[in-house]
Amino acid sequence: MVDTRVNLSGIEISNPVIPASGTFGFGYEFAELYDINILGTFSFKGTTKEPRFGNDTPRIAETPCGMLNSVGLQNPGVEKVISEELPKLKKCFSKPVMANVSGFSVEDYAYTCAKLSQEEQIGWFEINISCPNVHGGGLAFGTSAKNAEAVTKAVKKVADKPVYIKLSPNVTDITEIAKACESAGADGISLINTLLGMRINLKTGKPVLANKTGGFSGPAVKPVALRMVYDCYEAVKIPIIGMGGVASAEDVIEMMLAGAAAVEVGAANLVEPFACKNIIEDLPRVMEKYRIKSLTEIIGGAH
Amino acid sequence: MTQGIYTVILNEEIAPAVFKMELAGDTSALKAPGQFINFKTEGLYLRRPISVCDYQDGRITVIYKVVGEGTEIMSRAMKGNTFDILVGLGNGFDIKKSGEEPVLIGGGVGIPPLYRLCKELIDAGKKVSVILGFNTENEIFYEKEFSELGADVTVTTADGSYGVKGFVTDAMCKIKYDYFYTCGPEPMFRAIESIAQTSGQYSFEERMGCGFGACMGCSCKTKYGSKRICKDGPVLVREEIIW
Repeated sequence: MVDTRVNLSGIEISNPVIPASGTFGFGYEFAELYDINILGTFSFKGTTKEPRFGNDTPRIAETPCGMLNSVGLQNPGVEKVISEELPKLKKCFSKPVMANVSGFSVEDYAYTCAKLSQEEQIGWFEINISCPNVHGGGLAFGTSAKNAEAVTKAVKKVADKPVYIKLSPNVTDITEIAKACESAGADGISLINTLLGMRINLKTGKPVLANKTGGFSGPAVKPVALRMVYDCYEAVKIPIIGMGGVASAEDVIEMMLAGAAAVEVGAANLVEPFACKNIIEDLPRVMEKYRIKSLTEIIGGAH
Repeated sequence: MTQGIYTVILNEEIAPAVFKMELAGDTSALKAPGQFINFKTEGLYLRRPISVCDYQDGRITVIYKVVGEGTEIMSRAMKGNTFDILVGLGNGFDIKKSGEEPVLIGGGVGIPPLYRLCKELIDAGKKVSVILGFNTENEIFYEKEFSELGADVTVTTADGSYGVKGFVTDAMCKIKYDYFYTCGPEPMFRAIESIAQTSGQYSFEERMGCGFGACMGCSCKTKYGSKRICKDGPVLVREEIIW
């Protein structure tokens, strides 16, 4: 018997597979397909203080081995997430869920986290300081060590759950941001958010996305994600949730060897709705193949 | 929604760049006319949403136009080839809202989902008129098939090479109807919206990420809040649409 359990800041999860925010809604679309309680946990749709419709369409473009999205943090706002989404989620998911939070000011982040912190369903916070699709917000906090530190401190003050800061790859040195979050008291970091990209329609001569640019994800970004997880593992002592192009049990193990304590699966959910279920079911076989008895033991094994 | 492997039984060009494909596999997830299925095509990352023309036990018919890489790959499929497909996506048309004399208006490759709808409305005892709009005569498909269902069919061509010269609206304004259903390009929708006398349903198209409501890639604003074209649509009722 192999042991797929991992521990995320004091909460044990049955396996390290976590659907990434923005690819799994609030769970119920997938709960119609399979019992989502098999997941380690999942990171729910990025939530902001106010409701947001998001960007104009088209919001989706395809790339070789990946995709661009410029959804722009569409969500019903924290009040409705608490009054409508969480009660609905409770009916199909009995484990602690990861609350993904975004904002446009330090106060926004603190407000939303303070509201959500009182909800017993929430196990961790994942603070998105790296959304590339919202102008004047999100990413602005993730590309400056000073701002990342300010958000981390403000959230830590109000949150009584472990706080993971989700980092942007769109920076010169991601380890500098990781270290700033760690010194400001973050319990962990998650990376990478999407890479800023663009596609141009040859028929119109204009960008495909209405927002012009979008976040690039999918298997094509996996080497970048692995390298950044590897670098951050050297730079900080707090746990890392690794993500970027993960689509198989082999990818999960590769990400953990780079230094991830748990692994998020994003774009794969959109093209293979059963991706996370398939990965979880395949993990024991792949662990046996590589003679891995316990996943916890391989974290950072590549160093 | 179900995911399955479907086998191509037939894949033939029925008009220039327009193909009819028949697939064998599970149809249990299809619940209404106007739903769509999402094809995985070799070498491309995202799936391709294609509306369902018709289905019966174990057999799905789709009609699609080759407009890009995905449909190009589909057009090369041979009998016996297989596709990984998500089936039973979207809400589809609501036939319960129809009056006694509905008109179905299709433009180009917006026509296929109206075929199953026409069948169900006729089975429900409705007197169905169908308007099929094309640019020119050699693009016409499915005129005979709709007639054989028992519908009163009018074909329009923009260049006047066949049927009524002009657009679908030139035929629509001469027809008696008490409800309408339409699928086609958005300029056609706007023309219909400007002359329609009754309530009706529009089936929309949008670039999609997942096709099943997870990614929020195809959201649109309606009078009753934001809706996902893939999950809460593709069919919206006239009264909720913001033009």
